[in-house]
Amino acid sequence: MSATSAIRDRLLAAWARLGGGPERACQIMEVCGTHTVAASRSGLRDLLPEGLRLISGPGCPVCVTDQSYIDRAVHLARRRAEVTVATYGDMVRVPGRDGSLEEARAAGADVRTVYAAAEAVALARRRPDRHVVFLGIGFETTAPGAAMAIEQAREERLTNFSVLSSHKRLLPVMRALLAEDDVRIDGFLCPGHVSVIIGSAAFQPIVARHRVPCVVAGFEDEQILLGVERIVRQLADGAPAAENVYPPVRPEGNPIAREVIERVFVPADDRWRGLGDIPDSGLAVRETFADFDTARRFDLPPEESYELPGCRCGDVIAGRLLPTDCPLFGRRCTPGSPVGPCMVSSEGSCAAYYRYHYRGR
Amino acid sequence: MCVAVPAQIESIEGQKATVNLAGARADVAVTLTPEAGVGDYVLVHAGFAIAVVDPEEARKTFSILREMGALDGR
Repeated sequence: MSATSAIRDRLLAAWARLGGGPERACQIMEVCGTHTVAASRSGLRDLLPEGLRLISGPGCPVCVTDQSYIDRAVHLARRRAEVTVATYGDMVRVPGRDGSLEEARAAGADVRTVYAAAEAVALARRRPDRHVVFLGIGFETTAPGAAMAIEQAREERLTNFSVLSSHKRLLPVMRALLAEDDVRIDGFLCPGHVSVIIGSAAFQPIVARHRVPCVVAGFEDEQILLGVERIVRQLADGAPAAENVYPPVRPEGNPIAREVIERVFVPADDRWRGLGDIPDSGLAVRETFADFDTARRFDLPPEESYELPGCRCGDVIAGRLLPTDCPLFGRRCTPGSPVGPCMVSSEGSCAAYYRYHYRGR
Repeated sequence: MCVAVPAQIESIEGQKATVNLAGARADVAVTLTPEAGVGDYVLVHAGFAIAVVDPEEARKTFSILREMGALDGR
């Protein structure tokens, strides 16, 4: 018997013990773009017993980035002749009020795709005549890279590098999701690589306060299924806990990475697409690094949030709507011609559903 | 975006390591994993190592990421 089918048997046994079924439904949320893609790719969502559902939450950094941030980035690219915008790839295609960054580039703006924040610093070093703005998005996995980039830029006394920070913190958004009364969450499948940084023990306060299982899992089929099995088992036992099944994760996380984040950034209120303002859910550049903070160095347009016409990415991100239930899905909105970020980003829920669930329907 | 891929360290110089990542050489920062040595596998995310991993775990993670296309263009 394969490991996977043994886990599935255990899952079914725990599910039966819980009395799960169409009448006693459960909804587990993953909060990680990589889980979104892996769960869709493996077909796991369709293999779960009736009544047990694995839905995607706000785990795709590009998707959760508020429209006002996109507009600010496009503004810098188009209106500030001295600015080079350096960004991770998926961001360039998200449409803003004044078009996307890709369209800005086609119109002559200097927009570069980078794989690492350190590349943006190298760019600033090579081009003292340009001001390089790095678009700092992503969760705790990604934030240390931007923090180290800022420290490196200071060490080299670069005056032409800054970060437009919209880094996100996982725990505040999980709390905000639990406070929403229109989304049912019976357990969290917690992201493996964010947890490598923050540690599996970080989820304990949420478990204690909300009595909701939090299980950290990796990205193989077996890992995700194991995570789901542990959550259902905890529910059946009436014993919610913070648990980890992903070997690289330690209870305390990576303390050095957390220190780097803390030296450069400070928790701040931040705005999420679909969820609005969430206290302490973002990371702002500390005052001591003000020279490397794009928001302090440049006059930026006011933060105005809005939904793209007809787009329901906000509801998809919050777990209120399945991608396939959006009226635009697969019709006006496809990966080739995306309307909203969940279809733009390779790890957006809509792109994952389109690629793995939709074809053949 | 929080994808991290396993890579084997071939050499280390200060805070920088040269790793073998899916058959290609890459330079990564090892600032966050001072315990990593030559021959170890690390999880690499956006140009820096975030954890030291067991070689068997690295092999399994590698195959799943390849299937997901996460290694494309890296």
